[in-house]
Order: sequence, then structure tokens, then C-alpha cells
Amino acid sequence: MKGNEVIAEAALRAGCRHYFGYPITPQTEVAHYMARKMEEIGGTFVQAESEVAAINMVYGAASAGVRAMTSSSSPGISLKQEGISYAAGAELPIVVIDIVRCGPGLGGILPAQCDYYQMVKGGGHGDYHNIVLAPQGVQEMYELVVDAFNLADKYRNPVVVMGDGYMGQMMEAVEFRDQEKIERPEKPWAACGSEMKRPHNTITSIYIEADVLEAHVRHMYEKYKAIEENEVRVDVQNCEGADVIIAAYGTCARVTKNVIKDAAKLGIKVGLIRPITLWPFPKKAFEQYAKVPKGFLTVEMSMGQMIDDVKLAVNGQNNVYFYGRTGGNVPGQKDILAEVVKIARGEGGDLR
Amino acid sequence: MSIVFQRPHALIDKPLHYCPGCTHGIIHRLVAEVLDELGIEGTTVGVASVGCTYNSYEYFNCDMVQAAHGRAPAVATGIRRSLPDRTVFTYQGDGDLAAIGTAEIVHAATRGEKITTIFVNNAIYGMTSGQMAPTTLVGQVTTTTPFGRKPELHGYPVRVCELLSTLEGAVYVERVAVNNVQNIRKAKAAIKRAFQVQAAGLGFSIVEVLSICPTNWGMSPDKSLEWLRDNMIPHYPLGNFKNVALPGETPAADGSDK
Repeated sequence: MKGNEVIAEAALRAGCRHYFGYPITPQTEVAHYMARKMEEIGGTFVQAESEVAAINMVYGAASAGVRAMTSSSSPGISLKQEGISYAAGAELPIVVIDIVRCGPGLGGILPAQCDYYQMVKGGGHGDYHNIVLAPQGVQEMYELVVDAFNLADKYRNPVVVMGDGYMGQMMEAVEFRDQEKIERPEKPWAACGSEMKRPHNTITSIYIEADVLEAHVRHMYEKYKAIEENEVRVDVQNCEGADVIIAAYGTCARVTKNVIKDAAKLGIKVGLIRPITLWPFPKKAFEQYAKVPKGFLTVEMSMGQMIDDVKLAVNGQNNVYFYGRTGGNVPGQKDILAEVVKIARGEGGDLR
Repeated sequence: MSIVFQRPHALIDKPLHYCPGCTHGIIHRLVAEVLDELGIEGTTVGVASVGCTYNSYEYFNCDMVQAAHGRAPAVATGIRRSLPDRTVFTYQGDGDLAAIGTAEIVHAATRGEKITTIFVNNAIYGMTSGQMAPTTLVGQVTTTTPFGRKPELHGYPVRVCELLSTLEGAVYVERVAVNNVQNIRKAKAAIKRAFQVQAAGLGFSIVEVLSICPTNWGMSPDKSLEWLRDNMIPHYPLGNFKNVALPGETPAADGSDK
């Protein structure tokens, strides 16, 4: 099944009955799937007039207490950032899918990972974090989309599932579980009509008084602290006794798995740290292996964005090298291997 | 002794923050009276927008959602599609609705969203201290048209009701004013009908309310009311632009539904 269709199917299985979208390559199959299914099951599919409107429809639906989602790709996500910031401020559980293409500007429609900054570092204005989940394939896409709804409700926070274009476009076997692990907390805060049985509810992100806003933001940061403590997910492979550790997510992590085998034939042990949560970032995994003899290599489909977090986690204890391709290109197995060999032999590399 | 006049239940008992002479208070009251009379306070969700009424959620007793600038119709769409048995309204100013939120209002109307918009037109940005609005009249002095609005530099004032009434999804479109008792009564009747149209599931309804802004117009409240009558109403004619028969009513013979 195609990644984008799996996103839609996973959302439906997670109980999402409200989807608001706007066409943009390479994620539009999500909307195609939703348009058909929602009509069949009596859910809501709205093709909005813009990405701006779509995210605000999600904001409204989440305010009303239902599970709601939108999906887009990089330029569309730029437009949604306003709404994401408002949802974070209003503490609304929303799910945003970003199937990343290359930029800046209209850029191109080919896969990339250059939305790391805009999704992981905020993108919209203000002090807030998105929970950002990064699948490496279709099966994990399914699992993370279901988890995204649970996490959004649990923490009343926007959750982003971010995959490079391949994650949306590739076709792989996927196993849907019969019993989804769906956790649906009560939402006594929702603006769904008081029935005159309780004081009226208000969903807002505006706090005019400095002390009140500061208290609100501090409350959000307490929540973020809990998320950082409880929700980090990381895939650590082959790191014990490794000479070099590669940090990569999504498609780059898949390519790296073959690099590990190739390097072993040359007598070089390569480890992989694959963050599954880009935020909260798996700092501890990097701290644990910070003294890896030859250093770290960050591989990305960008000019180097996640590497900032790798360097922060390594905290100056080791060299962090970079290899990346952009414009829609993917770092090749042989090219990554060549970087690994250079680093392992102390012949340098792109030290950042 | 019987009580013949009191604060509507749907209007919270607290001082309004609006400037002296501002007519937002009247319009809030009319909306609240309608929520009371239709008995829908407990089944209504309102959407506050950005501008002077950003915190109208402090005043309405129904559930409220605060939206980003211009996005109230999109937010209301999300709410109404999630709660098909509820009533949803937006309360928006002219900058919010007719400038930054033009796409959202036009497309909510186009889709025939079953929501009601209360559109307060006072021909100026109030909250940000008196800049030109899309509805600022030709010649009107604002802080960003210090020598008056000139069409060759600033374009023309937009007539929202006329624009939206061309859309099939907008089934009830009316412009009213709150400059005198007679018009206030008509305004309430229009607001009530707009909510009834929504309750009947007939489509999108909007009531544009011509309002005054003494602070930013730089006039006393009574002079402001005269200015509204003499300048705004000629450009923004009052009346119904589009109507639809409610259940039990007979559509007009000419097919106009008026």
C-alpha cells in the first residue's frame, strides 16, 4: 500500500472522522483516500480554499473535541504554521502530516528533509514545541499516525508526522492491527455547547496580561518537560563498539542500514542512531555514545538541519561530520560509505 | 411586579472593555437576546475574531473559540462540521472579515456552511488605532489615509453583502445599522432570522451591522451616529440582499425568496 494512503487509513483507524486538506504534491493521495472514505462512512472531508483555511478548520474541529487532521507538504506547511502556533497556544490536540519536498520557495516536488527546522524548531511564532514523529517506512508510518492521535490527546498538543516524499510515495506491505491501541481521554474543556450544565468553555491562545501569559507558557513548558521524559523514541543499531555512528532518519536511515553492511566488509563498524521522535530529540542516545572513537556522521536530505541537534546532544565531546544531498537527491549508499571510510581513517570529511 | 427588561442570560454580567459610545455593546446584546429567545445558549458555539472583539468570549455565555485574524469562518467550519446539531456563529470586524479574511468568508459562503456571521462594519480598524479598513469610505481620514482615502491610491470601499449575495451558498444576507432605535430593532430581527436560517440547515447566513467608532473617527458618539447616517448608509444601503423561506413560510411568488 502507498504511504500516503496508509496515512489516511491509519487516521481513520485511530478514530479520525474530520479531515481538512488542500492539494499539494507529494501528499495529495491522503486527500483522495479521505474524500472517498469519509463520504462512505459519514465523516467530514473538506477541501479547503487554502492551507491556511484547512489548518484553521482543524483548529475548529479540535476545539469542538473531535480528532482532526490535515496533511500537506513543505510550502503548504509554511502556510499552516500560523494555525499550528495558535493550536499550540490554545493547547489543542491536532495532527499534521508533512510529506516533505525540497525548497526553499516553490523548490521542487521531489523528496527532501529540509522541513526539519520549520517543524522541529517551531516554524510558527512563540514559545512552543510540536511533537514530531519521523517514520522510516510504510509500516512505521501507520503506527506513528495512530500514535500521533493518542499523543495529541494525551498532551493537548499538535503532533506532526513528518516523512520525506518517499515516505508518502513508496509502496510497501503493511499490517493493520485488528485492535488499535486507541486512548481517548475525556475532553471536558471542549467548546461543544454547554447544554447549560456547566460554565461556558473558552478555547483561546490570547492572554493580554504579562504574568498570566507567562504562567500559561510556563505551564506549557512543564508539559514539554513531561513529554521529553516520557515520549522519546529512538532506534539504536550496532552502536556498541562502533568506530563511527551515523545519525539519520527516514529514507537516509534506510540507506544507512546497507552502509553498515558494506562498511563491515571493510572492517569498519558503523552504528546508527535513528531518531523516531525528532522532538523530543533522543539526546541520551547520543550522550551514551558520545565517545565513539571516530566521531559522528549526520546524513540528511538537506544541507544540514538535524545536525544542530546532534551537535547539541554530543555537546562538544566529539567530531560531528555531515553528508547531505538536496534538491530531491538522496544520499547514495556508496557516497555515504565513502564518507564513513574517510572519517574512520582520519582523512577528514565535512566537519561541522 | 414583573421584570420587563433585564440583561440577557447569554450576556455575562461584567463591564465591557469597549470605548465610550462604541456600538459593539448594543450588537453583543442583540446577539445575546437572540440566543435567549431561541433558547440556544447551551447548544451554541461562538467564534471570536481578532480586533476590538478579540475577547468577546469574555462576554458571551455560550462556549466560545478564539480564532486567528480573519480565520473565524474556517474555524467555524471545523466546529460546525464536527457538531452538526449545534449552532455556530462568528463575530467579526471589517478588517478581519473583508481584508485578511476575505478568502475564508467567501469560501465559507460558497460552501454554504451552516454558520451565521455577525459582521460589524465601522469603516475603520479600531483595535490598532484607526487605520484604513477595506470598508473605509472615499475621502475618509484614517491614520493610514491621513489626507483621506483616495481611490487612485487606496482603491474603493468593498460592499460585502453585495459581494456575498452573488454566491449560491449564502442564503440569507442582510445589512442593518444600530444608529437609532428603529434600526436596532430591525438589526435584532435580522440577527434572529439569520440564526433561524442556520437552525433550519438552509445555508450560510450573514448580517452586516453598520457600527460607529467614535474614538478612531475622532467624533463624539452623537456626531458619529449622524456620520453613519449621512455617509455610511448612502454607500452601504440597508436592507435584505438575499432571503430564504424558513420552514412553514411560503416562498415569494417571483422566486426571489424575498
